[in-house]
Amino acid sequence: MNIHEYQAKALFEKFGIAVPKGTTATTPEAFITALADLPEGPTMVKSQIHAGGRGKGTFTDGFKGGVKFCKTKHDAREMAAKMLGNTLVTAQTGPAGRKVQTIYFTVASEIKKEYYLAILLDRNSSKPVIVASTEGGMDIEKVAHDTPEKLFKIIVDPAYGLADFQVRELIFKLGFTGAEAKHAAKLIRNLYTCYWETDAAMLEVNPLITTPTGEVLALDAKVSFDDNALFRHPEIVSLRDLNEEDSKEIEASKHSLSYIALDGNIACLVNGAGLAMSTMDIIQHFGGTPANFLDVGGGATKAQVIAAFKIILGDPNVKGILVNIFGGIMDCNVIATGIVEAVKEVGLKLPLVVRLEGNNVLAGKATLDASGLALVSGSTMADAAQKIVKLVA
Amino acid sequence: MAILITPSTKILVQGITGDFGGRHAKLSLDYGTQVVAGVTPGKGGLFFEHGTHKVPIFNSVADAVKATGATVSAVFVPPPFAADAILEGVDAGLDLVVAITEGIPVKDMIRVKRAMQGKATRLLGPNCPGIVTPGTGKDSSGGCRIGIAPGYIHKQGHVGVVSRSGTLTYEAVFQLTSKNIGQTTCVGIGGDPVNGTSHLDIIKLFNADPETHGIILIGEIGGNAEVEAARWIKANCKKPVAGFIAGATAPAGRRMGHAGAIVGGAEDTAAAKIAVFQECGIEVAVTPSDMADALLRSAKAMGVTLT
Repeated sequence: MNIHEYQAKALFEKFGIAVPKGTTATTPEAFITALADLPEGPTMVKSQIHAGGRGKGTFTDGFKGGVKFCKTKHDAREMAAKMLGNTLVTAQTGPAGRKVQTIYFTVASEIKKEYYLAILLDRNSSKPVIVASTEGGMDIEKVAHDTPEKLFKIIVDPAYGLADFQVRELIFKLGFTGAEAKHAAKLIRNLYTCYWETDAAMLEVNPLITTPTGEVLALDAKVSFDDNALFRHPEIVSLRDLNEEDSKEIEASKHSLSYIALDGNIACLVNGAGLAMSTMDIIQHFGGTPANFLDVGGGATKAQVIAAFKIILGDPNVKGILVNIFGGIMDCNVIATGIVEAVKEVGLKLPLVVRLEGNNVLAGKATLDASGLALVSGSTMADAAQKIVKLVA
Repeated sequence: MAILITPSTKILVQGITGDFGGRHAKLSLDYGTQVVAGVTPGKGGLFFEHGTHKVPIFNSVADAVKATGATVSAVFVPPPFAADAILEGVDAGLDLVVAITEGIPVKDMIRVKRAMQGKATRLLGPNCPGIVTPGTGKDSSGGCRIGIAPGYIHKQGHVGVVSRSGTLTYEAVFQLTSKNIGQTTCVGIGGDPVNGTSHLDIIKLFNADPETHGIILIGEIGGNAEVEAARWIKANCKKPVAGFIAGATAPAGRRMGHAGAIVGGAEDTAAAKIAVFQECGIEVAVTPSDMADALLRSAKAMGVTLT
C-alpha cells in the first residue's frame, strides 16, 4: 500500500525524522488558512498523487510541473489554484494521469547538498538494507549503473537491529561531519525504527538534504507498506486513498480477486498467479496484448467468477476474453458453471475462448457445450491464446 | 530416489482442524501419504477422522513428534500465527517444514529466517503449493503429498520440477505426465520475497539425486534466485535443464499476485532472466505450453533418456 508524501512526512515526524514544515489543503478556500501556518517567504507547492516524476509532469491543460518553487506565499496560492483539481500526467501515471485532490505547501528549504537514503528488503540476504548515496535528487538506478562507487549499502541483522557502528560507517561514507553528522545519525536511526515498526516495504528519501544552518532534512518522502502486515496497522490502513487506485482493482479486492489493469485488449481470467502471468505472456507471444492480470485464486467460487467477468467487461478496451483454468483440486465443472452463469448474467457480446484442464474436466466441457453459448474451446494454453488473438484481430 | 521426502516419510499437519488444512490432510491421506499427526493447540487428545483413518491431534509439535516420529510438517496456520508455527516446528527438530500459508508479513519471515540460521530444519515456502514425490499406484497414489498440489496429475519417474508458482507447476507436471514422462519430486518454493529454500537449493538436490535425469526450472519476475540457480547449473550441472520465466508482460513496479513477483530493476525482468538462462545452456520454453517439450529437446541434445 502506498501513501501520499504529506502522509509520509507526518509519519516521519512521529518517528522524530526532521522534515520541512508543511501544511495541506484540499479546496481553494483552504489555501489561505493552510498557508497561514507557514512563515512568509519561499514556499514549495506540491501536487499530491501517488506516482513519481511529479516535478517533470505536465497537467492535461498544458500547465507544466506538479511541484513548484514560489518566492512568496501569495505566489504559492496562485500556483496551487492551477494544480488543484487538475490532472497530472507523469512518467509513472500512464497517459490518463491522476487528478490532484490535495495540495501540500512546505517551507522551501535552502539546500547545501543533496543525498539519497532508502530502506527496503534485500532479497538476496532476506534482511533489511539501507541504501545511501551522495548523489541525491537523481534517479538512483542510474547512479547504481553509472557510478556504483557512490552507492553505499548496509545490511541490517534483524536479530540485533541497526547497530551504531553501521550508522557511523554510513555517516563517514556520506561525508557528514560535526553537527550535521549528529543530526544525520539520528535521522538514519529513526528512519530504520520507522521502517521496522510500521512494517514498511520501502522508505525512500530522495533527496535528503543539508541546509546552510546545519540541519539535515527529508525533503521528499516515498513510503509503501507490506500489504500482508496491514492487519496489525489500522492506523496505516486509515491513510489509504482510494482515489489513487484503479476502480476495477478496488472492486476486485472486494471479491478477493487479484486484478491489475493493463493497456491491451484481450482480457484474461486465470487461476493462480504464475499461470495468470504466463497467460498474459502467451497472449503477447502470439501477437495480442493482454488487458489485465486476473488471478481468481485456487478455490474460486461461482460468485467470484461472475464478479471477475463483470470487472473484465468494465474495461472498455477489452475486445475478447481468454479463460485459462488448470483445475488441480478445483473442480473444472464449478468454473464452467460459473462461466455459463456469468455470461448469461452480463450478456457477453465479445469473443470468448475457454481452456479448461484438470480435475473433472470432461464434466466442465460438457457444461460449456450444453450451454449453447458461442464460446470457443482451446485444447492447450498455446491453442487457446492463438484462437483469441485471431478472433480479436 | 526422490529428494526431501519419500513415500514412507511421516508428516504432521499444523492447523489440521481448520477448513483448509483439514481438506488437504484428507486429500493427502487419500493419496496414501503417511499423515501421522495433527497439531492444533487446545485440541490435543482429539482425533482427525477420515474414512478408516484416525489421526491423533496434539497440542504442540514437540508432543506430536515425540508420540509419532513425524519428521516433516505442513503448515496451514493463518498468516498472523504462521511464523510462530514455523518456529515451533524448527524448535521440535523437524527435518522439513512446508509452509503453505499465503500472506505472512515480510517482517515475520525476515525474523523467522534469521532465527533458523544454523538450525538443521529446512523450510519450504511460505506461500507455496508444497511438495510431491509421486507413488507407483493408480494416478501416482502411494506417494508423499505435502501441501495443496493435485496428486493425480503426477507419475513416478525421473524428472525434477521446481517452481515458485502452484498452477504453473501443475501445468508442467501435467505436460510431462501426458507425454508419459514421470517425476522424481515436484517442489513449490513459494511466491514470497523471503522464503526458506531457493531454486538453487533444490537444483543442487536434484543434481545429486541419481534418479533425477532432467530438471524443469520455473521462475518469474523479481529477485535474482533464478539467475543464481542458472549460473550454478552452468558450472556444475550435467543434467538437461529446461527453464521458463513468467511475467514478460508484467509492468514494472506492480506486484503480480505473488508478493515477490515485482520488477524492481533491469536485472529482475523476465527478459533479463531468460537471457541468463540461454547463456547458461538452459533450454528456454518459449511459452508455458512448451515446458515439457523444451526439456525433451534438451534431453535429446544431451543424449539423456527421461522415461
